[in-house]
Amino acid sequence: MDELTIAMPKGRIFGEALALFRQTNLTIPEEFSEDSRKLTISLPHIGLSFFLVKPIDVPTYVEYGVADLGVVGKDVLLEEDRDVYELLDLKISPCRLSVAGKPDWLVPLYPRVATKYPRIAKNYFKKQGQQVEVIRLSGSIELAPIVGLADRIVDIVSTGRTLEENGLVELEVIGSITSRLIANRASYRMKAERITSLCDQLQQVIKEGARV
Amino acid sequence: MTVLRGFEKPTGFHDLPPQLVRKKRRIEDRVRMVFENWGYEEVLTPALEFAETVGKASAISEQKMFKCIDRQGNTLVLRPDLTAPIARMTASVLKNEPLPLRLSYHASVFRAQENEAGRNAEFYQSGVELIGNASSTADAEVIALAVEALQNCQIDSFQLAIGHEALLDGLLRECIRNESSIQKLKEQLSQRNMVGFWEALQELDINYQAKKELLYLFQLRSCKEQLTSVRKLSETTQVLKAADQLEEVWRQLEVYGIDHYCVLDFGLIGRIGYYTGVYFEGYSSSLGFPLLSGGRYDSLLTCFHRNLPATGFALDVNRMMEVSQLECEKRERFVICYTDHLYEKAIKKAVALRKQGKVVVLDQISKPSETSKETILSDSHVIWIV
Repeated sequence: MDELTIAMPKGRIFGEALALFRQTNLTIPEEFSEDSRKLTISLPHIGLSFFLVKPIDVPTYVEYGVADLGVVGKDVLLEEDRDVYELLDLKISPCRLSVAGKPDWLVPLYPRVATKYPRIAKNYFKKQGQQVEVIRLSGSIELAPIVGLADRIVDIVSTGRTLEENGLVELEVIGSITSRLIANRASYRMKAERITSLCDQLQQVIKEGARV
Repeated sequence: MTVLRGFEKPTGFHDLPPQLVRKKRRIEDRVRMVFENWGYEEVLTPALEFAETVGKASAISEQKMFKCIDRQGNTLVLRPDLTAPIARMTASVLKNEPLPLRLSYHASVFRAQENEAGRNAEFYQSGVELIGNASSTADAEVIALAVEALQNCQIDSFQLAIGHEALLDGLLRECIRNESSIQKLKEQLSQRNMVGFWEALQELDINYQAKKELLYLFQLRSCKEQLTSVRKLSETTQVLKAADQLEEVWRQLEVYGIDHYCVLDFGLIGRIGYYTGVYFEGYSSSLGFPLLSGGRYDSLLTCFHRNLPATGFALDVNRMMEVSQLECEKRERFVICYTDHLYEKAIKKAVALRKQGKVVVLDQISKPSETSKETILSDSHVIWIV
């Protein structure tokens, strides 16, 4: 049986993704959780091994083929633009990718947008026919309009509470985001049988309404 | 811009030290032998071509091409592939040659890349073009040739996925009337976005059964099963004709005895836009990237006013180097250490040994007790003439 290696994202998505995998008929031991400091776990009895990486890096590991599969948010997939198969919408960790700003926002002379997603932001505003300068930040994006670094931000919004607490409002929705199962191009061929069967199992769980 | 250091090279370009060149040579030699055995003759084309003609025909995206300007002000491109230059050649120098033409090449191609490991701006391709034969026999021939080339380079486990541009197009057209929807679905497939493909399909105003059938067809299964389902579900001539072609190709692959290396994938679509029929990609289990791709491109030659069907493929030699099990041949090697006044004897000995096909290095030493670099480093036979 081919062994499958799966790159899992640390943080927000991890718990939900693991819960999903647990609901298939694969037996994943209880001690495998994010708090364990181990970055890799091998489960030879079910022919799976997992490793934990930063979410933004998941598509890279999969494209290079060191992981056969990966779980990753659509936001990261859009931003990274890697050559991988997008196999399954896992329908977990739903949120929106949005443009936000202060409630009294008006188009300034030189619009500036702060974001963790420079590629998505550039493409989006280009499509809107707006010329904006994009500033890349790696965290605390909501701060940018408050301190005057940028007039708007592009970021993921789930409940909207963080925006609200910082006095910002959602101005436009770029798209809705869920987590996806992705596959390496060669693994998709060479391990087709295993990947298809795992996909079918996950699909079944998703259809029945996963408990996450 | 930081100051360039002496050792730096442009992004994506590499030096090959002797051990890598040995490996590259070894692979190219093996591939060349296979190509020759099948009657494919090697050609060379210029490194620079006009952007207007070959550049436009090549279908590699504009921003990936390296450009420069000649003294007449024409924009030139460093060849981004060999298929377009060979098409140009076919329409000019080889215009009067009898058809079909079987041509091969071993050359580097140039595509600008983002700065990242594993993405070469200059990479080596070995490939073939079979021009002037529209039959399934030609399609089967190039696929079989690709398999033999991989086998000869000792790539241990590999697979070729085979799709068909016209079959995919026909299947979509059968249930979708709207041109932009068809393009959108194809785009999702070429980006390998199955989720996007399914979503786009859901949005369409076609009946549930048709959607189900389409999705069913795009699952990977055995060849026979898939072709049977296509025949059952489809009635347009475009689809049935393509299915006939695939079946014919498959029958021939069985005769070659290589069908177990191949799978059909109706959702497979080339990222380069000029493919018109059978399209295929080859993968190995020890590398995350494809080793080869190719297929039928029946309309490319019309860019050069020659209306000829053609098919072919290109192997990515850099990636073959990563996965090939080929060991480099070791030749018997001699080092002749001699002191200055005995040079005549040393040279004569070297000439004699080289005539026998041995590798001989002449190493002059200043006194008999000296150890030379050659004797310390290599596993050569040492002959002392002191």
